[in-house]
Amino acid sequence: MAVDNPPLTRAAEVAAAADRQEIRNRWFLASPALFIIFFAAIGPLFIVLVFSFLTPADYGGVVWKPSGQAWFQVLFQKDIFDDTTTFADAHLSILWRSVKLSFFTTLIALAFGFPTAYFISTRPEKSRDIWLFLITIPFWTNLLIRTFAVQEVIRNEGIFNTLLMKLGIISSPIQIMFTDVAIMLGMLYVYLPLMVLPLYASMEKLDFRLVEAGYDLYANRFQVLRRVIIPLVKPGIIAGSILVFIPSLGAYVTPRVLGGGKNMMLGNLIELQFGQGRNWPLGAALSITLMAIVMIALMIYVRSAGRSEMRHG
Amino acid sequence: MVSSRTFSVKRQTGFGTIALLCFVLLYVPIATLVAYSFNAGPSIAIWEGFSWRWYIAAWNNQQIVETSVRSFVIASIAAVVATTAATMAALATTRTRPYRGLNFIYGFINQPLMVPEIVTGIALLIFFAIVKIWTGYTGLGYLIVAHTAFCIPFAYLPIRARLENMDLTLERAAADLYATPWMTFRKVTLPLLWPGIIAGLMLAFVVSLDDVVITELVKSGGQDTLPTYMLGQLRRVVTPEINAISSVFLLISIVIVTLFFFLNRKQT
Repeated sequence: MAVDNPPLTRAAEVAAAADRQEIRNRWFLASPALFIIFFAAIGPLFIVLVFSFLTPADYGGVVWKPSGQAWFQVLFQKDIFDDTTTFADAHLSILWRSVKLSFFTTLIALAFGFPTAYFISTRPEKSRDIWLFLITIPFWTNLLIRTFAVQEVIRNEGIFNTLLMKLGIISSPIQIMFTDVAIMLGMLYVYLPLMVLPLYASMEKLDFRLVEAGYDLYANRFQVLRRVIIPLVKPGIIAGSILVFIPSLGAYVTPRVLGGGKNMMLGNLIELQFGQGRNWPLGAALSITLMAIVMIALMIYVRSAGRSEMRHG
Repeated sequence: MVSSRTFSVKRQTGFGTIALLCFVLLYVPIATLVAYSFNAGPSIAIWEGFSWRWYIAAWNNQQIVETSVRSFVIASIAAVVATTAATMAALATTRTRPYRGLNFIYGFINQPLMVPEIVTGIALLIFFAIVKIWTGYTGLGYLIVAHTAFCIPFAYLPIRARLENMDLTLERAAADLYATPWMTFRKVTLPLLWPGIIAGLMLAFVVSLDDVVITELVKSGGQDTLPTYMLGQLRRVVTPEINAISSVFLLISIVIVTLFFFLNRKQT
């Protein structure tokens, strides 16, 4: 049939075919990366979903028998003697602690990160890179080592307590290790760069003529900050908060090292089900729960980022 | 006197102080850690003078040597494979009109950054447990595959950034001079892309070297990497030996990140 077509359409057809070929090539080029990530990151997540609906085997692993038990156990527990159903207090308190500590970590990280990012973005162009570099170095070093470094500072014999005792402010060391405060300090330390970097990215683009206009209109420094700067860098604030909140929520190493056995977070509770707990379906259900909270946070981020882009873009 | 200074629109009261405090707090724990690695005594609290004692002890500790070698083997293979795959993916997703599925590829490649590590870790634990029963293979392959997957997005970012800033006219010129697509790629695109690829490789290497959570969950018995070995040690009595390993580890990361920084800086 192609023979009957006028030459122009023929040319268009050839172009379209070349286009299709080009797109095929692109898919081919992307395929190794897509395959590896599907095989070792995305695909296994579906197995987790399936496992959350199975029955636990006695010594870890699962029996291939469908059951909603694991999802029930996320929130409730049955008394072994009289079969009454109550809320699973242990799980709820761990869930609550995870959300609470992540929230406060994010808030304090913002309180420290905002001035820091602002400070860097108002340095002369040349030295900005160096300041930024100083923020990124700890970020690229081992998370476990940084957590261990925090432990050395806040331990009872650590430099924080030693210093306070030498100065005569306290007579006996303050117990910080193995408390919620320790976990929070650790997460703050470990994730602070994640707050500063996106904040800096949006502050760098800040148009200081607008700030100047604010002062011309008799605003004081605080008013300029609140009414001009903060609204303009809002995308950075949201991005930084999400970047700190999400890994805090899923933190595993920091609560394990600094919180000890009692102060668990969601990540530790999940791991426990695959270790001593020997309840893989419950661990799977808890993982999906964590994923769901993360997805909700991401959705809030995408929506609010889109909105502020519309307003300022 | 503050009031006699010229008025700067950029100044905010107290911000500089908080920022400097922030930098100090960021480096005090690391500095303490490194300082005590040189302690002559067996404690990480009481300073007893300078010595290399714990570095020598770490060097002679068979387990530390073994787990370090394993860490480097895994990180090297994972970084090379991840960077190769990421380079191809970057070539597939830049310098083009949007095509159907482009956003899908973006989303797919960045997925390991979105999911909490602990979730990926247990997902792989379950999946590999099944594969182990099927195949009977229990080697290092599982760890390498897992590391490769989460290294890809880190390798992809700098390569893609480099490609997007690259000049298309040079490749057109090569094509005009009758170079085949492959020759154009070899002689023009690849040399220009090289700094991006090296940067991606270094980031992937550091990210793999630093991983604790996924490795801890995926490893079989006797497959400890240096970070998981350290995690196990932290439960026991801690000697400055741990500080010594940590300091060496820090030094490696800092050297690589510094190289990365200067490599990126030269481009712009």
